[in-house]
Amino acid sequence: MTTLTTRQTSRWERFRDSYLLYSFKRDLIAQVSLLVFILLVGAALLAPWLAPMNPYDLAQINILASELPPFWVDGSDPMYLMGTDAQGRDLLSTILYGLRVSLIIGFGAVAMQATLGVCFGLLAGYLGGRVDAFLMRLADIQLSFSTLMVAIIVGALFKAIFGGATFSDYAVPLLVLIIGLAEWPQYARTVRASVLAEKGKEYVDAARVMGLPSRRIMFRHILPNTLSPIFVISTVQVANAIISEAALSFLGLGMPETQPSLGSLIKSGFDYLQSGSWWITLIPGLVLVVLVLVINLLGDWLRDVLNPRLYKG
Amino acid sequence: MNSTATSPEASRPLLTLKGIEKRFSLSGDFLEQLQFKGGKLVRHQEHVHAINGVDLDIQRGEALCVVGESGCGKSTVARTVMGLITPSAGEVHYDGERIDNLSTKQLLPYRRRMQMIFQNPYASLNPRMTIQQTLEEPIRLHHPDWSNQAVKDKVSEVMTSVGISADWGPRYGHEFSGGQRQRIAIARALAVDPEFIVADEPISALDVSIQAQVLNLLMEAQQRSNLTYLFITHDLAVVEHFGTRVAVMYLGRVCEVAPTATLFSRPRHPYTQALMSAIPRLEDDRPQHIRLEGEVPTPVNLPSGCVFHGRCPHADERCRQEIPALIATDDGGQVACHAVEEGRIG
Repeated sequence: MTTLTTRQTSRWERFRDSYLLYSFKRDLIAQVSLLVFILLVGAALLAPWLAPMNPYDLAQINILASELPPFWVDGSDPMYLMGTDAQGRDLLSTILYGLRVSLIIGFGAVAMQATLGVCFGLLAGYLGGRVDAFLMRLADIQLSFSTLMVAIIVGALFKAIFGGATFSDYAVPLLVLIIGLAEWPQYARTVRASVLAEKGKEYVDAARVMGLPSRRIMFRHILPNTLSPIFVISTVQVANAIISEAALSFLGLGMPETQPSLGSLIKSGFDYLQSGSWWITLIPGLVLVVLVLVINLLGDWLRDVLNPRLYKG
Repeated sequence: MNSTATSPEASRPLLTLKGIEKRFSLSGDFLEQLQFKGGKLVRHQEHVHAINGVDLDIQRGEALCVVGESGCGKSTVARTVMGLITPSAGEVHYDGERIDNLSTKQLLPYRRRMQMIFQNPYASLNPRMTIQQTLEEPIRLHHPDWSNQAVKDKVSEVMTSVGISADWGPRYGHEFSGGQRQRIAIARALAVDPEFIVADEPISALDVSIQAQVLNLLMEAQQRSNLTYLFITHDLAVVEHFGTRVAVMYLGRVCEVAPTATLFSRPRHPYTQALMSAIPRLEDDRPQHIRLEGEVPTPVNLPSGCVFHGRCPHADERCRQEIPALIATDDGGQVACHAVEEGRIG
C-alpha cells in the first residue's frame, strides 16, 4: 500500500489551501463586493460611535434644521454632512442607524427562513411519502401568496388589533417573523432536492445499517452535505429580505418613522421629492441598492464556486 | 452443512428467509394510477417484482455467496436482510427471532450483531466526516458507556486490523484510494464486533489487484472472529475462492443452493449449468458454452410457472404451469427444477 504523510492539517491550513480562497483571490468583483459589504456592515454595527447624532434621541433633533441639503449643495450646514430630513434629523446618522435595522431584519428573517425551511426540507426529503406530500403542498400554497401580500395582511391585522404604538414597539421581531414565515418554501424546496440526491447514496444506508436514529442521520450525515446550496440561497435571501422590508416600510407597514430603516427613510423622503429635497430619498436609496447589489454579487460568486458541476468539493 | 453441531443453538440457522417477496411500484401515487379504459376510470398498478419468494438459510460460520446476473434481485435480498428495505411479503428471522417487522429502536441490538459492506467505496463514506469520526460513530452508538479512551483504542485496533495506519484518523475519505476506502468501510462494519456481515458486491468496484487484497482481508476477519457472511457477487471466481455454499438466483428466485465444490463440479439446475459453462477457462481451446435462447424476461410481467421456462432447453408443459419449489438433492444441495425432480436431467 502507498504510504501517506501523516501530517495533520488544521482548519486554517485547509482553508488556506481551499478552492474557495483560491477563486476569491482571482475574482476582483468578489473582493470589491466583500470589501463594500464589510464596510457597510461595520458602519451599521458601529453606528452609535460613528454617527454624529443619535436619531432616536429627540433632544438632539432641531426641527429648524429640517430639509438641509448635503454638503456639496448650496445652503448646506457643515454640521450635517448628508443634510437633514423633514424632521431635522442628520441624514448620515439616520442612514447608519437605518442600515443597522435593515441588516438585522434581513439576517433575522433569513435565519428564521433557514431554520424552518431546512427542518421541513429535511423531513420531507428524508421521510418521503405523506410527510413529503403534506409539507410540499403547504410550501406550494405558501408560494402562491406573494411575500408582500402575506406581510401586508398580517401587518395590517396586527396594527388594527393592537394599535400603532404596540406595532412600533414590536416592529423588528414582527417583520422578521413575517418575512421569515413567507419565504421558508425557498429553503424547503432546495434542501428537499439535495436530500433526495444524498439519500440514495450508500453512506446514508451505512448510517441506517449502523442503527442511527433518523434525526441524527438527517442532521449529522445529510445536512452537512447539502450546505453548499443552502449557503448560496442564503445570500440571495438576505438581499430579498432587505428589499421586502424596504418595500413594506415604503408602504407604511414596516418600521415606524421614529426608528427608521432604509425603506422607511426612502418613504419619508418620498413626500418631499416634489418640493426639491431629493436627498432624503435618494441617498438612502443608493445605500440600499449598493447593499443589495454587493450581497447578490457575493452570492453569484459563491454559487459559481460551490457549483458541483464546475468543481467537485 | 453444519450437521455435526450438537446443541440446538449451533444447529439453528443464523438467518432464515421465508418466502421473501419485494415489489416496487412503477405507477407513482394514487392519482397517477387512475386511467381511462373503455370509458371507465380504473386503477392501474404496475410493479417490478424484484424478488418473488426467496427461501434461504444461512448457517453459523459459513460464507453463503449469492450469484446471478444483473437485476436478478441479489442486492434486494441483501438490503432486505439488513432491514434497509421492508419486504412486501415473507419473514426474516435472525437467530430464531423475527426481525423484519421491528422498529428502528427494537432493531438496535441486532444492528450490533449484523453489519453491511457496500459496493461503492466512493459513496459509502460520508464526505464531510473524518475517518476517525466515521469509525467512532458506530462504537459510541452501541457502547454509550465506553470512555473516550476506550473508543479511541477500539478505533485504532480496527484500523490496524484492516491494514490501515491508525494515524490516518483525521483525514477525510476522499484522500484515500478505492481499496483503502473499502478497508475503512470494512473497519466500520467490524468496529462493533458483529457476528454476521452482509457484503453487497464489496470488491466489484475495485481494481483486480486490490480485489484479492480485500477478499483476503475479509477471509482473515472471518477466521479471526468466526464471522458469517452473506456475500453478493457476480464473479464466479470469487465464489469458488470464498464461498462455503452458493445460492444461484434468476429473476428474483433462488434456483439452486449447493455447497461450492458440488455446485462447481455438478451443477443441477439448467440455468446454473449454463452459468458454469460460461466461465472462461485457460485449458479451453474449444469452449462448450451452453447458449441460452432469448433474453431475461422483464420482472414487471413475470412468466407463469418456472421463471426460467422460456429459455430452458428442458422445459415442458408442467414448467410453464407450476412454480417449482426448492427440493433437497442427494448431494447436500437444493434445486428448484421440475426436470431434476422428475429425473429428466441429471
